[in-house]
Amino acid sequence: MSLSIKDDEIDIVIGALRPDLTSFMNEWRTIFSRFHLIIVKDPDLKEELKIPEGFNLDVYKKPDIDRVVGTSTSTIFSGYSCRYFGYLVSRKKYIISVDDDCYPVKDNKGILVDAVAQHITNLTTPATPFFFNTLYDPFTEGADFVRGYPFSLRSGVQCALSCGLWLNLADYDAPTQALKPEERNSRYVDAVLTVPARTLMPISGINIAFNREVIGPALLPSLRLGGEGKFRWETMEDIWSGMCVKVVCDHLGLGVKTGMPYVWRNDRGDAIASLRKEWEGVKLMEEVVPFFQSVRLSREATTTEDCVAEVANVVKEQLGSKDPMFARAAKAMVDWVKLWKSVGSST
Amino acid sequence: MATAPSAKLTPLLKDELDIVIPTIRNLDFLEMWRPFFEQYHLIIVQDGDPSKKIRVPDGFDYQLYNRNDVNRILGPKASCISFKDSACRCFGYLVSKKKYIFTIDDDCFVAKDPSGKEINALEQHIKNLLTPSTTHFFNTLYDPYREGADFVRGYPFSLREGAPTAVSHGLWLNIPDYDAPTQLVKPLERNTRYVDAVMTVPKGTLFPMCGMNLAFDRELIGPAMYFGLMGDGQPIGRYDDMWAGWCMKVICDHLGLGVKTGLPYIWHSKASNPFVNLKKEYKGIFWQEKAIPFFQSVSLPKECSSVEKCHLALAGEVKSKLGEVDPYFIKLADAMVTWIEAWNMVNSPGEKPAMTSLPNATSKK
Repeated sequence: MSLSIKDDEIDIVIGALRPDLTSFMNEWRTIFSRFHLIIVKDPDLKEELKIPEGFNLDVYKKPDIDRVVGTSTSTIFSGYSCRYFGYLVSRKKYIISVDDDCYPVKDNKGILVDAVAQHITNLTTPATPFFFNTLYDPFTEGADFVRGYPFSLRSGVQCALSCGLWLNLADYDAPTQALKPEERNSRYVDAVLTVPARTLMPISGINIAFNREVIGPALLPSLRLGGEGKFRWETMEDIWSGMCVKVVCDHLGLGVKTGMPYVWRNDRGDAIASLRKEWEGVKLMEEVVPFFQSVRLSREATTTEDCVAEVANVVKEQLGSKDPMFARAAKAMVDWVKLWKSVGSST
Repeated sequence: MATAPSAKLTPLLKDELDIVIPTIRNLDFLEMWRPFFEQYHLIIVQDGDPSKKIRVPDGFDYQLYNRNDVNRILGPKASCISFKDSACRCFGYLVSKKKYIFTIDDDCFVAKDPSGKEINALEQHIKNLLTPSTTHFFNTLYDPYREGADFVRGYPFSLREGAPTAVSHGLWLNIPDYDAPTQLVKPLERNTRYVDAVMTVPKGTLFPMCGMNLAFDRELIGPAMYFGLMGDGQPIGRYDDMWAGWCMKVICDHLGLGVKTGLPYIWHSKASNPFVNLKKEYKGIFWQEKAIPFFQSVSLPKECSSVEKCHLALAGEVKSKLGEVDPYFIKLADAMVTWIEAWNMVNSPGEKPAMTSLPNATSKK
């Protein structure tokens, strides 16, 4: 962990989609216990949350969400999107968020991976989006920029988003997992790398961290599938949000890293059962990817809020007529920016 | 949905692949590679004094070309082939008649993976080349065609066929490929990190291509692998592979071909003298500041539908846009044109294979 980052600059936001968080919290205890946690209960979850003692945390449930944003707005935080409420009310500089079915892993040397520390390292060392370094992250110990890397690009840019990965149950879509029911990810790739500028990728919400001060409003709940459910196979909200974030980062000259840290993702759900629900999302991506690849923001968009508003506008104009889901997503993005300005900004 | 080709055995491609090795001293390093290389044909490009005898370990099937051969085969066009620099290796690409090329430096040895097993670098390169690249959209689990991996959620199905892979760029354990300033600051740094990944360098992204451990599909991209004018009589060295890599990537991006980087690792044993390197690289360090923005912004006309046409168009752009940086680039642009002429001359249909002239260089097995 970088010595210059204090623990109280960090919030760990957990979206609780299942009521019993006991084993989850206990597994993460040695890593999480020094930080403040924000636990947001899925407003659709009926059972009471079970959380073990010994953590410094705030828990937000439906009544709390209703109180802060109003009952009509609180529906946007249903399911996996409940975590965005945590992002909204946090006042810390860095946020780390993992799904509640993920546990810490051991690396290739058998040492427990401190995912929080790795995310913070990723966020507090520069990203290098303008030229690919073949030895991956040049700021990590034992590595550097290779021969042929221009010196003028070696100071890099600020890293706004750190995307981690998953061992065991990888973040596959339902068709892929259904076709390979036994496949589990056992490959620990000892690397962090910067996603090059203007290269897009599916950003999974399962294990991410970001600089809230710099990019906060761009992580947003907006695209909701008609059949969105309570398994990752049944959502695309994070993928959509991630595309927005990357476009905004590229425009503002911020970096996005991918790779370590890994978390262990537990088996959960049935891919075949989810097939029907997620097929909608799978089809959508055919439109979504070329769309985001073509988005260019104006020079006047110099803040994250402005960028998000512009993306929302382009979504409405270019995708809105193709599917009402996109029109709703565009509106949700506009509403989010307003909500962020009123609730999310520091007082 | 990515299938797993390595569930079957990787084809050897022994009649479809040439191994190109530039050398100035000896080829003892081949002894360590024998189990992996022995079935393949080698093209050895001897740099420096052509009268020096290069010792090749017994049992390898090879052709050796020295400077006399280069001059004889190319005539006046030999001017595009560097002298006293490993850039001369691209002559080997030119005279090869095979579909695939693997090139390796003579100070690169077999590395071991974390389990202690020796790495068959050639086999991994072949796997990389025979599976598609994912140029248009980054896959967070890296190469989805590797065993045990696949495309992640959110990856459009229409993009899962990928693009044909033209180049496979391998890495190095032990002595890392640093430039001279970095070597001077960190003389003891060794690369001990084995990153178990192969990934596609996305479309529109440039990277520093190292020629130490490299394979490519000669039919797809061969004419773009021109390693420039370096060494004797030239103001610059140690930028041959960089130059080829930038040209190659622009052309690959234009033609919809893919480039992979990552595995396999080789063990790089020799650290070259950083002071000597600094002298060679010095101008390059300044010039790359101009060259990179040039390559990042250059666009090739739609009519350039072949690698040769792309390379010629690129040469024109180099001349007009980089010519003002230094007259060297004008010479280089001309050499790029000569290279394509030489390529077409040697590789035109009906052309006999380029024969070597020295008795020690006839094919042996």
